[in-house]
Amino acid sequence: MSDAAEQLDAFLQRVPYVRFLGMRAELSGDEMTAILPFAPHLVGNSNLPALHGGVIGAFLEMTALAQLSVTQGSARVHKTIDVTIEYLRPGRAMTTYARAELRKVGRRVANVHVEAWQEARDQPIAFLRGHVLLSGGS
Amino acid sequence: MTDVPDIVRQMAEHMAVSVPQAAALGFKLVSVEPGRGSISVPWREDLVGDPDTGVIAGGVVTSLLDHTCGLACAAAAGTEPFSTATLDLRIDYMRAAAPRTGVTCQAHCYKVTRTIAFVRAEAWDVDQSDLIATAQGAFVVNRPNGAAKP
Repeated sequence: MSDAAEQLDAFLQRVPYVRFLGMRAELSGDEMTAILPFAPHLVGNSNLPALHGGVIGAFLEMTALAQLSVTQGSARVHKTIDVTIEYLRPGRAMTTYARAELRKVGRRVANVHVEAWQEARDQPIAFLRGHVLLSGGS
Repeated sequence: MTDVPDIVRQMAEHMAVSVPQAAALGFKLVSVEPGRGSISVPWREDLVGDPDTGVIAGGVVTSLLDHTCGLACAAAAGTEPFSTATLDLRIDYMRAAAPRTGVTCQAHCYKVTRTIAFVRAEAWDVDQSDLIATAQGAFVVNRPNGAAKP
Protein backbone atom coordinates (compact mmCIF):
# COMPACT_ATOMS: atom_id res chain seq x y z
CA MET A 1 0.00 0.00 0.00
CA SER A 2 1.34 3.45 -0.88
CA ASP A 3 1.90 6.14 1.74
CA ALA A 4 -1.09 8.07 0.43
CA ALA A 5 -3.34 5.02 0.61
CA GLU A 6 -2.13 4.24 4.13
CA GLN A 7 -2.74 7.80 5.29
CA LEU A 8 -6.22 7.79 3.77
CA ASP A 9 -7.02 4.44 5.29
CA ALA A 10 -5.78 5.60 8.68
CA PHE A 11 -8.01 8.69 8.48
CA LEU A 12 -11.10 6.73 7.46
CA GLN A 13 -10.55 4.05 10.10
CA ARG A 14 -9.71 6.40 12.94
CA VAL A 15 -12.59 8.84 12.77
CA PRO A 16 -15.74 7.37 14.37
CA TYR A 17 -18.01 9.87 12.58
CA VAL A 18 -16.77 8.60 9.18
CA ARG A 19 -18.13 5.19 10.14
CA PHE A 20 -21.39 6.76 11.35
CA LEU A 21 -21.86 8.27 7.88
CA GLY A 22 -20.79 5.01 6.20
CA MET A 23 -18.34 6.93 4.03
CA ARG A 24 -15.47 5.29 2.13
CA ALA A 25 -12.97 6.44 -0.48
CA GLU A 26 -11.03 5.24 -3.49
CA LEU A 27 -7.63 6.47 -4.51
CA SER A 28 -6.20 6.76 -8.02
CA GLY A 29 -2.68 8.08 -7.58
CA ASP A 30 -3.18 11.10 -5.37
CA GLU A 31 -6.72 11.73 -6.66
CA MET A 32 -9.37 10.62 -4.23
CA THR A 33 -13.05 9.94 -4.80
CA ALA A 34 -15.16 9.82 -1.66
CA ILE A 35 -18.21 7.56 -1.71
CA LEU A 36 -21.29 7.83 0.48
CA PRO A 37 -23.64 4.86 -0.04
CA PHE A 38 -27.27 5.66 0.66
CA ALA A 39 -28.53 4.68 4.11
CA PRO A 40 -31.94 5.35 5.72
CA HIS A 41 -30.43 7.23 8.70
CA LEU A 42 -29.04 9.90 6.32
CA VAL A 43 -32.50 11.04 5.20
CA GLY A 44 -33.67 14.57 6.02
CA ASN A 45 -36.93 14.56 4.08
CA SER A 46 -38.84 11.27 4.17
CA ASN A 47 -41.44 12.40 1.64
CA LEU A 48 -39.06 12.69 -1.32
CA PRO A 49 -36.92 10.97 0.12
CA ALA A 50 -33.86 13.23 0.16
CA LEU A 51 -30.54 13.23 2.00
CA HIS A 52 -30.31 15.67 4.90
CA GLY A 53 -28.63 18.93 3.89
CA GLY A 54 -26.38 18.60 6.91
CA VAL A 55 -25.33 15.12 5.79
CA ILE A 56 -24.32 16.44 2.37
CA GLY A 57 -22.40 19.28 4.02
CA ALA A 58 -20.72 16.90 6.45
CA PHE A 59 -19.79 14.48 3.65
CA LEU A 60 -18.23 17.33 1.62
CA GLU A 61 -16.32 18.50 4.69
CA MET A 62 -15.04 15.01 5.49
CA THR A 63 -14.00 14.67 1.83
CA ALA A 64 -11.90 17.82 2.18
CA LEU A 65 -10.29 16.51 5.38
CA ALA A 66 -9.69 13.07 3.82
CA GLN A 67 -8.04 14.62 0.75
CA LEU A 68 -5.81 16.68 3.06
CA SER A 69 -4.88 13.52 4.94
CA VAL A 70 -3.69 12.09 1.60
CA THR A 71 -1.63 15.04 0.44
CA GLN A 72 -0.74 16.65 3.77
CA GLY A 73 -0.32 13.57 5.88
CA SER A 74 -0.54 14.26 9.55
CA ALA A 75 -1.01 12.09 12.57
CA ARG A 76 -3.64 14.54 13.75
CA VAL A 77 -6.94 15.55 12.20
CA HIS A 78 -6.86 18.94 10.46
CA LYS A 79 -9.40 21.49 11.71
CA THR A 80 -12.07 23.20 9.63
CA ILE A 81 -12.07 27.00 9.93
CA ASP A 82 -15.04 27.85 7.73
CA VAL A 83 -17.16 26.33 4.97
CA THR A 84 -19.76 27.61 2.54
CA ILE A 85 -22.04 24.91 1.20
CA GLU A 86 -24.11 25.52 -1.92
CA TYR A 87 -26.98 23.16 -2.66
CA LEU A 88 -27.90 22.73 -6.32
CA ARG A 89 -30.14 19.67 -6.37
CA PRO A 90 -31.78 17.44 -3.78
CA GLY A 91 -29.62 14.50 -2.72
CA ARG A 92 -31.65 11.50 -3.77
CA ALA A 93 -31.77 8.05 -2.16
CA MET A 94 -28.69 6.76 -3.97
CA THR A 95 -24.90 6.74 -3.69
CA THR A 96 -23.20 10.14 -3.58
CA TYR A 97 -19.65 10.83 -4.78
CA ALA A 98 -17.34 13.72 -4.02
CA ARG A 99 -13.95 15.02 -5.05
CA ALA A 100 -11.90 17.71 -3.36
CA GLU A 101 -9.54 20.11 -5.06
CA LEU A 102 -6.87 21.75 -2.94
CA ARG A 103 -6.74 25.24 -4.44
CA LYS A 104 -4.00 26.49 -2.16
CA VAL A 105 -2.07 24.79 0.59
CA GLY A 106 -0.15 27.29 2.66
CA ARG A 107 1.92 26.79 5.77
CA ARG A 108 -1.03 27.01 8.13
CA VAL A 109 -4.18 27.20 6.03
CA ALA A 110 -5.51 25.28 3.04
CA ASN A 111 -8.24 26.48 0.66
CA VAL A 112 -10.38 23.60 -0.56
CA HIS A 113 -13.19 23.26 -3.09
CA VAL A 114 -15.31 20.10 -3.04
CA GLU A 115 -17.94 18.92 -5.49
CA ALA A 116 -20.59 16.22 -4.93
CA TRP A 117 -22.66 14.38 -7.51
CA GLN A 118 -24.81 11.29 -7.84
CA GLU A 119 -25.81 9.91 -11.24
CA ALA A 120 -23.76 12.24 -13.40
CA ARG A 121 -20.63 14.24 -12.65
CA ASP A 122 -21.90 17.12 -14.79
CA GLN A 123 -25.00 17.39 -12.62
CA PRO A 124 -23.48 18.24 -9.22
CA ILE A 125 -25.80 18.21 -6.22
CA ALA A 126 -23.64 20.44 -3.99
CA PHE A 127 -20.40 22.40 -3.69
CA LEU A 128 -18.33 23.26 -0.67
CA ARG A 129 -15.70 25.98 -0.41
CA GLY A 130 -13.74 26.23 2.77
CA HIS A 131 -10.57 26.83 4.75
CA VAL A 132 -8.84 24.25 6.90
CA LEU A 133 -6.26 24.86 9.61
CA LEU A 134 -3.41 22.43 9.04
CA SER A 135 -2.16 20.56 12.08
CA GLY A 136 1.23 19.02 12.48
CA GLY A 137 2.95 21.86 10.62
CA SER A 138 4.25 23.56 13.72
CA MET B 1 -41.27 31.36 25.96
CA THR B 2 -43.64 32.92 23.46
CA ASP B 3 -46.32 30.52 22.33
CA VAL B 4 -46.43 29.17 18.83
CA PRO B 5 -49.53 27.62 17.20
CA ASP B 6 -50.06 23.93 18.00
CA ILE B 7 -49.42 22.97 14.38
CA VAL B 8 -45.97 24.59 14.55
CA ARG B 9 -45.14 22.89 17.84
CA GLN B 10 -46.17 19.52 16.39
CA MET B 11 -44.04 20.12 13.31
CA ALA B 12 -41.11 21.18 15.50
CA GLU B 13 -41.37 18.04 17.59
CA HIS B 14 -41.60 15.94 14.43
CA MET B 15 -38.57 17.70 12.90
CA ALA B 16 -36.44 17.36 15.98
CA VAL B 17 -37.00 13.68 16.65
CA SER B 18 -38.71 11.90 13.72
CA VAL B 19 -36.60 12.98 10.75
CA PRO B 20 -34.30 9.97 10.24
CA GLN B 21 -31.00 11.90 10.34
CA ALA B 22 -32.15 13.83 13.44
CA ALA B 23 -33.16 10.61 15.19
CA ALA B 24 -29.87 8.92 14.22
CA LEU B 25 -27.88 11.79 15.74
CA GLY B 26 -30.07 11.82 18.88
CA PHE B 27 -31.36 15.40 18.46
CA LYS B 28 -33.46 16.83 21.30
CA LEU B 29 -35.88 19.73 20.89
CA VAL B 30 -34.95 22.45 23.41
CA SER B 31 -37.43 25.19 22.51
CA VAL B 32 -39.49 26.70 19.73
CA GLU B 33 -41.00 30.17 19.50
CA PRO B 34 -42.03 32.35 16.58
CA GLY B 35 -39.11 32.45 14.11
CA ARG B 36 -36.76 30.76 16.54
CA GLY B 37 -35.80 27.24 17.43
CA SER B 38 -33.25 25.44 19.56
CA ILE B 39 -32.03 21.83 19.37
CA SER B 40 -29.29 19.99 21.22
CA VAL B 41 -27.28 16.88 20.41
CA PRO B 42 -25.78 14.88 23.29
CA TRP B 43 -22.19 13.62 22.95
CA ARG B 44 -21.80 10.05 21.74
CA GLU B 45 -18.73 7.92 21.06
CA ASP B 46 -19.71 7.21 17.43
CA LEU B 47 -20.10 10.94 16.65
CA VAL B 48 -16.49 11.81 17.44
CA GLY B 49 -14.46 13.58 14.74
CA ASP B 50 -11.04 13.57 16.39
CA PRO B 51 -10.22 10.35 18.26
CA ASP B 52 -7.21 12.01 19.93
CA THR B 53 -9.44 14.45 21.80
CA GLY B 54 -12.92 12.87 21.83
CA VAL B 55 -14.40 16.04 20.36
CA ILE B 56 -17.69 15.71 18.48
CA ALA B 57 -17.30 15.88 14.66
CA GLY B 58 -17.73 19.12 12.73
CA GLY B 59 -20.14 17.22 10.49
CA VAL B 60 -22.49 16.67 13.43
CA VAL B 61 -22.45 20.40 14.12
CA THR B 62 -23.12 21.03 10.41
CA SER B 63 -26.21 18.80 10.53
CA LEU B 64 -27.32 20.40 13.80
CA LEU B 65 -26.95 23.96 12.42
CA ASP B 66 -28.73 23.07 9.18
CA HIS B 67 -31.54 21.30 11.00
CA THR B 68 -32.06 24.01 13.60
CA CYS B 69 -32.18 26.62 10.81
CA GLY B 70 -34.93 24.52 9.19
CA LEU B 71 -36.76 24.45 12.53
CA ALA B 72 -36.56 28.25 12.83
CA CYS B 73 -38.04 28.53 9.32
CA ALA B 74 -40.90 26.22 10.31
CA ALA B 75 -41.40 28.29 13.45
CA ALA B 76 -41.57 31.45 11.32
CA ALA B 77 -44.30 29.94 9.16
CA GLY B 78 -47.07 30.45 11.69
CA THR B 79 -50.35 28.87 10.66
CA GLU B 80 -49.35 28.50 6.99
CA PRO B 81 -46.71 25.78 7.26
CA PHE B 82 -44.16 25.27 4.50
CA SER B 83 -41.20 23.00 4.05
CA THR B 84 -37.70 24.24 3.28
CA ALA B 85 -34.64 23.08 1.39
CA THR B 86 -31.19 24.48 2.07
CA LEU B 87 -29.91 26.81 -0.67
CA ASP B 88 -26.65 27.73 0.99
CA LEU B 89 -25.12 27.57 4.41
CA ARG B 90 -21.98 29.33 5.60
CA ILE B 91 -20.43 28.03 8.81
CA ASP B 92 -17.57 29.48 10.85
CA TYR B 93 -15.96 27.16 13.36
CA MET B 94 -14.48 29.34 16.09
CA ARG B 95 -13.11 26.53 18.19
CA ALA B 96 -13.49 22.83 18.85
CA ALA B 97 -16.16 21.75 21.32
CA ALA B 98 -14.99 20.53 24.69
CA PRO B 99 -14.10 16.81 24.70
CA ARG B 100 -16.95 14.40 25.38
CA THR B 101 -19.47 17.25 25.42
CA GLY B 102 -22.71 17.72 23.47
CA VAL B 103 -23.67 20.79 21.46
CA THR B 104 -26.71 23.10 21.55
CA CYS B 105 -27.82 25.25 18.64
CA GLN B 106 -30.16 28.22 18.45
CA ALA B 107 -31.41 29.59 15.11
CA HIS B 108 -33.33 32.74 14.19
CA CYS B 109 -35.26 33.01 10.94
CA TYR B 110 -35.32 36.79 10.65
CA LYS B 111 -36.89 37.19 7.22
CA VAL B 112 -39.20 35.10 5.04
CA THR B 113 -40.21 36.12 1.54
CA ARG B 114 -42.57 34.13 -0.68
CA THR B 115 -39.63 32.02 -1.87
CA ILE B 116 -36.65 32.40 0.46
CA ALA B 117 -36.07 32.28 4.22
CA PHE B 118 -32.98 33.92 5.76
CA VAL B 119 -31.57 32.42 8.93
CA ARG B 120 -28.73 32.93 11.41
CA ALA B 121 -27.65 30.31 13.91
CA GLU B 122 -25.11 29.80 16.65
CA ALA B 123 -23.84 26.75 18.48
CA TRP B 124 -22.14 26.28 21.82
CA ASP B 125 -21.09 23.42 24.05
CA VAL B 126 -21.26 24.71 27.64
CA ASP B 127 -21.82 28.45 27.70
CA GLN B 128 -23.94 30.35 25.18
CA SER B 129 -21.59 33.34 25.47
CA ASP B 130 -18.63 31.20 24.34
CA LEU B 131 -19.66 29.92 20.88
CA ILE B 132 -18.08 27.08 18.94
CA ALA B 133 -19.72 27.89 15.60
CA THR B 134 -21.97 30.37 13.84
CA ALA B 135 -23.92 29.93 10.62
CA GLN B 136 -25.77 32.03 8.08
CA GLY B 137 -28.08 30.38 5.60
CA ALA B 138 -30.67 30.90 2.89
CA PHE B 139 -33.46 28.34 2.49
CA VAL B 140 -35.87 27.81 -0.39
CA VAL B 141 -39.48 27.96 0.82
CA ASN B 142 -41.76 25.26 -0.57
CA ARG B 143 -45.35 26.25 0.09
CA PRO B 144 -48.13 23.69 -0.33
CA ASN B 145 -50.33 24.00 -3.44
CA GLY B 146 -47.45 25.51 -5.40
CA ALA B 147 -48.18 28.90 -3.89
CA ALA B 148 -44.54 30.00 -4.04
CA LYS B 149 -44.43 32.99 -6.33
CA PRO B 150 -41.91 35.79 -6.02
